[in-house]
Amino acid sequence: MSETATARLEPFESPLTPESWGKLGMWIFLVGDAMTFGTLLAAYGAVRFASADWPHPADVLGINMTAFMTFLLICSSVTMVKGLSAARHDDLAGFRRFIGLTILGGAIFLGLQAYEWTHLIHSGLTLSGNPWGASLFGTTFFIITGFHGMHVLGGVGYLLCILALGWNGKFNGHNYHPVEIAGLYWHFVDLVWIMVFTFVYLL
Amino acid sequence: MAEHREPNYMGVWFWLLVLTIAEIVVAILPLTTLAKGILLVGMALSKASLVALYFMHLKFERVTLGVIALTPLLICAFLVFMLLPDLGAVEHRTSVQAPQVEQHR
Repeated sequence: MSETATARLEPFESPLTPESWGKLGMWIFLVGDAMTFGTLLAAYGAVRFASADWPHPADVLGINMTAFMTFLLICSSVTMVKGLSAARHDDLAGFRRFIGLTILGGAIFLGLQAYEWTHLIHSGLTLSGNPWGASLFGTTFFIITGFHGMHVLGGVGYLLCILALGWNGKFNGHNYHPVEIAGLYWHFVDLVWIMVFTFVYLL
Repeated sequence: MAEHREPNYMGVWFWLLVLTIAEIVVAILPLTTLAKGILLVGMALSKASLVALYFMHLKFERVTLGVIALTPLLICAFLVFMLLPDLGAVEHRTSVQAPQVEQHR
């Protein structure tokens, strides 16, 4: 009797992600985060559309290095799914290698972004003005890429924790959801960069 | 993730790479802004869908979760359409200058 009542109060399965509540939690967080990024990009579009002297992004920012950064994040997404797959198949060495590579990809991305920012700041692009035209060009650029960069930084820290937790084989075929949930976050950061790269650098 | 066969991750990686190269080519080509915009946004959405469907396993989740994941896109599209009339009312495109502070170079 009491068991039935407990079961009714605490359903073992959630309706959307039967295998893990954490996954549903991460999805809800990502939906909210996506709205923040969406709002930033929509505001960017509005400001740019209303401006008469918006600089041509490719001339100021240069797309070669950013294209490489995009490639890097796409590769790190692949190593992330490979790391999850290794954990699910009880392959500890593969888990360490692939999650390690994912972290490395994120760290190189951050390094390149720091290099890009330094270069741009030295050539005169600041939050309040720049030599090429509309002052809001720099404002929106730093806010959007900075907000994304902080997400990458957060992701690198998150994955370091996952790697440390799973170093001795905590994650396996029966317990891999924490890795999957961290992966969802990491792929989302990749997805957002795809949008940022298109709207801020290419268009 | 419900039990399912693992998707071909390298295949997804390959298409993401192809679309990225195509985007850069389109960005360099001398096209009209509208054509560029449509092509680039189309390709960016395709890439985002590939990441969401295969890497984030949305293809193998329940449909309701997919609907929830799509809401931000719909709300942002709505936001853009709400902003458009306001922007259309700008008679002369103006350069919005933030207060200039003394620049130290």
